[in-house]
Amino acid sequence: MNLLSAVLLIVGAMSCLLGALGLLRFPDLPSRLQAATKPQTLGLLLILLGTALRLDLEDTATLGLVALCQVLTAPVISQLIGRAAYRAGSLRRDLLVVDELGAPLSRERPDRTD
Amino acid sequence: MTAVFTVTLVMLCLAGALTLARLLLGPTTLDRIAALDVFVILIVDAVAVYVAIYRDGSNIPLLAAVALLGFVGSATAARLAERRDRHR
Repeated sequence: MNLLSAVLLIVGAMSCLLGALGLLRFPDLPSRLQAATKPQTLGLLLILLGTALRLDLEDTATLGLVALCQVLTAPVISQLIGRAAYRAGSLRRDLLVVDELGAPLSRERPDRTD
Repeated sequence: MTAVFTVTLVMLCLAGALTLARLLLGPTTLDRIAALDVFVILIVDAVAVYVAIYRDGSNIPLLAAVALLGFVGSATAARLAERRDRHR
């Protein structure tokens, strides 16, 4: 049990560290969001699991609540920031493979130029 | 087990330093909001490791509170930044 907990803690922290490295190194805001959301959520889940293995059962319930919170709220924040970034134009168009939001936005509001 | 906790906390501190670098570098407000959101998650990580070290469940409600506050703060800041960009 101790060994499993140790492995989970270290792998979770490594995931957080790699995510932070991506947050610093990636070239534009949408790719930075990618590094900010998924590795951090995975790292938090692993660390919470590793912590839960060292605690009693009744304390584990609240840890599950924290994990649920994080899984629900991380996509919401990512979506909010990504949408604001797209409309503010702070992304590198030469790095986009497909732009599914551009056509509907300009059809909806033709007076906008973004 | 002490070595495991030391390695974990050192990696979390390094991650925090990289996140703070992004927070300082910017360049836009939205970058800074994303970096702050990551920093709140890292704080939750560190408190969880603290709970694991001392096997003390009394700090777990703090985890839930910080996670929820981080969500509310980041969501509000993102909405405000978007609105300010639109009015400019």
